[in-house]
Amino acid sequence: MTLLQLDGVSKRFGALTVAEAISFSVGEGEALGIIGPNGAGKSTLFNLINGTIAADSGTVRFAGTDVTRTPPMARCLAGMGRTFQIPQPFEKLTVFENLLVAGSFGARRSEADAYDRCAEILHDTGLIDKANVPAGGLTLLQRKRLELARALATEPRLLLLDEIAGGLTEGECLSLVATIRAIHVKGVAVIWIEHVLHALTSVVERLLVLNFGRVIGIGAPAEIMASREVKEIYLGIEI
Amino acid sequence: MTIAIPSALKVETRTKVSSISLFVAFAVLALGLAAPFLVSRGAVQDLFFILTMLVLAQSWNLLAGYAGLISVGQQVFVGFGAYAMFGAVILLGVDPLLAILIAGLLSVLLAIPTAFFTFRLYGPYFAIGTWVVAEVVRLLFAQWKALGGGTGTSLPREAVRDMVGVSLLRDLFGMKPAQASDAITYWLALMLAAATIGFIYRLLRSKQGLGLAAVRDNEQAARAVGVDARRMKALVYLATAFLTGLAGALIYAQKARISPDAAFSVTDWTAYVIFIVVIGGIGTVEGPILGVILFFLLQNFMADYGSWYLLMLGLAGILVMLFAPRGLWGAFSDRTGIQLFPVRRTLIGGPSIHQGGSSHG
Ligand SMILES: Nc1ncnc2c1ncn2[C@@H]1O[C@H](COP(=O)(O)OP(=O)(O)O)[C@@H](O)[C@H]1O
Ligand SMILES: [Mg+2]
Repeated sequence: MTLLQLDGVSKRFGALTVAEAISFSVGEGEALGIIGPNGAGKSTLFNLINGTIAADSGTVRFAGTDVTRTPPMARCLAGMGRTFQIPQPFEKLTVFENLLVAGSFGARRSEADAYDRCAEILHDTGLIDKANVPAGGLTLLQRKRLELARALATEPRLLLLDEIAGGLTEGECLSLVATIRAIHVKGVAVIWIEHVLHALTSVVERLLVLNFGRVIGIGAPAEIMASREVKEIYLGIEI
Repeated sequence: MTIAIPSALKVETRTKVSSISLFVAFAVLALGLAAPFLVSRGAVQDLFFILTMLVLAQSWNLLAGYAGLISVGQQVFVGFGAYAMFGAVILLGVDPLLAILIAGLLSVLLAIPTAFFTFRLYGPYFAIGTWVVAEVVRLLFAQWKALGGGTGTSLPREAVRDMVGVSLLRDLFGMKPAQASDAITYWLALMLAAATIGFIYRLLRSKQGLGLAAVRDNEQAARAVGVDARRMKALVYLATAFLTGLAGALIYAQKARISPDAAFSVTDWTAYVIFIVVIGGIGTVEGPILGVILFFLLQNFMADYGSWYLLMLGLAGILVMLFAPRGLWGAFSDRTGIQLFPVRRTLIGGPSIHQGGSSHG
């Protein structure tokens, strides 16, 4: 069953077209990877999917309803969780409280009902020993983990991950992949933007390539990586 | 060994200090209730001033420090509340005490169209918008001839003398009517201040308070995790309109004389209030309490210096903003970790959890 469907979604910032007639869909429980050079419009695509910015034209459907004009708050309640490429923590709240906001509002629970689950997520994402530290005091890597943990706390059906593996050591990257796989195995659909291709391809079933706001390929990872256009864009980048 | 999820997981907001401060708060409240029997009438009037300014400061702090709505037009609710109370007493013959409650409710009604207009504006434009609304309302009231137009009017002497409770105090304690009405408005101010702090503290410790703190820290992220930021801001705006309207009506019930320029004064009801919150510490419940005491002391200390007084206030405000941007209470709390009204949810249980961090903003 289709969970997310974009039809001809376009967005311009002045003269710059950052999304041009983008159409694709993601099935329930599917994992899709998105690759493309910097400035291709990947993060903007996430903003269009979760409603942070409004599309100029086209439609976004989620779980069977048209959400093109729905604000991000309601899309989150409908089951969309996202991370921000540049982490956006609630700086004066502790790490645990950051998750509580998501776990109570995003997952429609009372605050007390969210305690256990938030503590569990902190544990799974390796943040439990930072639970009572204000998020403003975290390092960049910890902030990225918090982005993931907070998105998970909303109990999403679709998880949007924006470059959360950059700067990790080999070991950290493997444990991140294991974490995301575990989420995916539970039936959560994932769209993952990532430059670390080996991490990405070890999780996703399909790859989408974006360049200058246009989808230039979508399909099985091996097929996509073998295509001429992708090789041109990624000339010099190791796989 | 891997540490499993602590089964004895606990979340706490209380601290040792906060248990003591709850006790102290009740002691202060009890002492406050007895004040009219213990101190002079002039001192009761000073306390009344401090308490009503405290209500205004707590309200503005909730609005600006938590909901991020930097309003410079809250005097609209002071003036409107005061005029609504005068109107109900003079034109409808309502008892002043009931009129104060009506004034609070009418202020909420005024806040609905005001919010409709100002919520379309962001940042500095919102601030300017609130001020414009306040000026428009002031000019409208200056046209209202039945309430004295631009020169204003007084509450009828008998309305104050026959206020609920005055005769009781006279019979029981032999108080003069003026003294009795001062005592009554003072007690109301004490209850209003206690209720305001209690309401705000409860709100901050609730799920809604957590959402509000998230909106304050990062509105975009708050929306992305399901917090309805707009609704939350609107509700805070209405709640502060109610509290500010009540305080305005109460202040002018005690003064018993009103004019548009005084009741809608941006200096008295917004600039001073912002000063109190900023020097005390914005975004904390303790800040406005400390701020209002300092403000009162400064005002008394510098009363003889005329217009130098305003200059000194401005200077004090700038110094605090430069050297203690989170206010004096914020600086103290950052250094000592002491919070009288803690709102932090501390996760306890399991050896892997460190106790860390300083204070909430
Ligand atoms: N709010 C905005 N206003 C104007 N231009 C923007 C905005 N957001 C992104 N852009 C531009 O859109 C392009 C795509 O950005 P982005 O989606 O962040 O790319 P990617 O995530 O693929 O690196 C970039 O050229 C960027 O400068
Ligand atoms: Mg990006």
